[in-house]
Amino acid sequence: MKLSRETTINIVLALLLLALPLVAMQIGKPFYVTLATRMAILGLAAVGLNIALGLGGLVSFGHAAFFGVGGYVAGIMATHAFNATPLAAFPFAIPGTNQMLVIWAVAIVVGGLLALAIGAISLRTSGVYFIMITLAFAQMTYYFAISWPAYGGEDGLSIYVRNAFPGVNTAVPLNYFLICYAVLLAALLVFALARNSRFGAALQAARQNDVRVASVGIRPFRVRLAAFVISGMITALAGALFADLNRFVSPSMLSWHMSGEFIVLIILGGVGRLFGPVAGAMLFVMFEYILGGLTERWQLFLGLALLGVVLFARGGLIGLIAGKARHG
Amino acid sequence: MQTALFIEQLLNGLQLGVMLFLMAAGLTLIFGVMGLINLAHGSLYMVGAFACAAVAAATGSFWLGLAASLAAAAAAGAIVEILVIRRLYERDHLDQVLATFALILIFSEGTRWIFGSFPLYLDIPPLLQGSVPLPGGSRYQLYRLAIIGVGVAVAVGLYFLIARTRLGMRIRAGESDREMIGALGVDIRTLYTVVFALGAALAGLAGALVGALQSVQVGMGEPVLILAFVVIVIGGIGSIKGALVGAVIVGVVDTMGRFLLPQLFTLVMPASQATTVGAALASMLIYIVMAVILAVRPQGLFAVQR
Amino acid sequence: MAEPVLKIDDLCKSFGALKATEHVSLDLRAGEIHALIGPNGAGKSTLIHQIAGTLKPDSGEISFLGERIDHLGTAERARRGLGRSFQVSSLASEFSALRNVMLAVQSRQGSSFRFFKPVMRDRSLVEPAMEALGRVGLRDRARVPAAELSHGERRQLEIAIALALGSRAFLLDEPMAGMGPEGSKALTGFLDRLREEAPILLIEHDMDAVFALADRISVLVYGRVIASGTVDEIRGNAEVRRAYLGDGT
Repeated sequence: MKLSRETTINIVLALLLLALPLVAMQIGKPFYVTLATRMAILGLAAVGLNIALGLGGLVSFGHAAFFGVGGYVAGIMATHAFNATPLAAFPFAIPGTNQMLVIWAVAIVVGGLLALAIGAISLRTSGVYFIMITLAFAQMTYYFAISWPAYGGEDGLSIYVRNAFPGVNTAVPLNYFLICYAVLLAALLVFALARNSRFGAALQAARQNDVRVASVGIRPFRVRLAAFVISGMITALAGALFADLNRFVSPSMLSWHMSGEFIVLIILGGVGRLFGPVAGAMLFVMFEYILGGLTERWQLFLGLALLGVVLFARGGLIGLIAGKARHG
Repeated sequence: MQTALFIEQLLNGLQLGVMLFLMAAGLTLIFGVMGLINLAHGSLYMVGAFACAAVAAATGSFWLGLAASLAAAAAAGAIVEILVIRRLYERDHLDQVLATFALILIFSEGTRWIFGSFPLYLDIPPLLQGSVPLPGGSRYQLYRLAIIGVGVAVAVGLYFLIARTRLGMRIRAGESDREMIGALGVDIRTLYTVVFALGAALAGLAGALVGALQSVQVGMGEPVLILAFVVIVIGGIGSIKGALVGAVIVGVVDTMGRFLLPQLFTLVMPASQATTVGAALASMLIYIVMAVILAVRPQGLFAVQR
Repeated sequence: MAEPVLKIDDLCKSFGALKATEHVSLDLRAGEIHALIGPNGAGKSTLIHQIAGTLKPDSGEISFLGERIDHLGTAERARRGLGRSFQVSSLASEFSALRNVMLAVQSRQGSSFRFFKPVMRDRSLVEPAMEALGRVGLRDRARVPAAELSHGERRQLEIAIALALGSRAFLLDEPMAGMGPEGSKALTGFLDRLREEAPILLIEHDMDAVFALADRISVLVYGRVIASGTVDEIRGNAEVRRAYLGDGT
């Protein structure tokens, strides 16, 4: 079987991301492990957004809300576990936990519910309205986090000990990278399956022509809402991982810069491409690290580079190498 | 005393609303005529504030600074339109969002490069220092009243510009039918640049006026930009009237919510807790209002038929 | 006589002062082709939009298979078997012809909420879709993106989609537009057989096709049905000749 060029690129990217921390350990630069973990987690968040944006054409400028909420779930549950205080006292006592698997499940559920609420309102609109409304709701969560003092308010919340995973010492950076990497691969699998499924067909068709999709008996609203919820769940999971990586969450995870960054990752890599978000995250983190080391003004150059990509290289990195996307 | 405080807060809400109107009017005009969503509108607000602060510091005159803010923001707007925005009109919203997001990064870092990371301060001009008495015995800052006055003047001015002038006629034609004004022989590229610069100048004016109330710093435009988005979502995109009504709603609801909600909650819970809950809820209030309005009217209060 | 498949009763729709649909009543019976003709701007498309559910009428009733459908959305009407072809737009122009038709098959089967099985390996989707494409003569072009199909082929694709939906009635909006004489002839033959399967409400400018195919014709002028009857009755109707066909044809 001959692999398509895009598949080859995808395999290379996956191996490259895996190789980075392994090589880093060999040459005694453990800092690069953290960098690779960052790539994996931001890539994961963007894989989530790619379901809404890439497949559904839903330009959500509010995915930081899900990312941040996932982060806060991790932070809040860990804090309660650490202080041995109950998470809720009523109607029955719910303890906090430091088990990642539980935290992930809660982050996914809470992120999904938030996406359901935001999506149900914002998907009644489209185009510019949708962009502005998702942005506004994300900003609402941001201001709420700032003004609610119980969990640190503006100062954020520290996770004193990284949460636990059965049978793995998560404090070892390489182990934590591998956990994040595995989650990323799982999310990519979900994306690939969803894209080729009946659901994906309806979603992508709704992006291309929603009136016509309704005329064959498929309601675009429901399909889009489901996509938005799945998208929010994956991004919330990424948020929980991000909080554990930094052992810290703050309202900045909810800020609109974060939402903007997720979109940027997807554009850098290639919209709707399976590995677009991963390529974008690798590029972005590398860019941030290298330029950030050279100049304090790296955001200026990021801005210029981004402007160049938008105006002149629309397919992103994968589009540049693999050519136009094909749909069976 | 309560009444006086109430009136004061109401005026503060109005002042915030007026400022939001200056931002939202430009945004909604640019969207209405060119179909463009401009995230960098907040950067033009920042440019106005910095220009005003820098020129006022150099010359000692707030008024020269104010003139400079209009000129600088309009010029920045025109340059950006010619270099970048012009290429985006035919693109989808995603490209517009990204390109203007990139512009924010460039503007913010560029400003930091020129002016440094420390905030600048801008004094209220001597003419407008002082306060006026309010019914109920307290006093209100003259400068804030002046801002409200400026906002009302701009609203009236915009109304006349759009309803009565040749430029306004072209803008209206551009909103209803882009091909038609091309056919009428109007130089559409110049029209777009002018409209963009006009919106930019209004944002710059807002930045300069607010600069004297707060500190002038990088990133000051972004919270205002997002509030302006809420305003035009509520008012209906493309409608100046909607922008005015939406701005007043958002300004007053936000200010009064922060003032009244904590007090309201003291009726049902202990004071310390009430302050927390009230403040948290108040921070979300305008977004809740937006959600409710959208649930009833998805196209906003004054939707423009397109 | 049996209950008509589609029944439109006293439908009205205006845009401001413009009365686009004025007290229109017509029906579509099993096994027939009912052609709707009229000059440009007569309100044919507006009427189709209201039947399909993309526009809401101001007043009047629409019944399909004996049930009122005017309160239903577009998607629900399509699911009940009202198949519609479009004049210009393709369903999903980036998708291949086959995937476009598969979308209709999947809708007919009832679920778009299956997340795992790849559609291209799903024989319950591919086979009915291929069959529908075969019936309109597009089998060879199944893998071509809809955007790259010729104008006439896109019309054929539209009909394949309606077929795959298992429609109980077809609303065909100018299916002959953009087709060469060969294509028109083939399509005329196809529609002739299609009526056995489900009745067709046909909007068409090609008068040869209309007169060859239609069992009944209704003439719409300025939003009103000025005449309705068999082909011969319409040919002989003086008012129609004046208003539309033009004297001397």
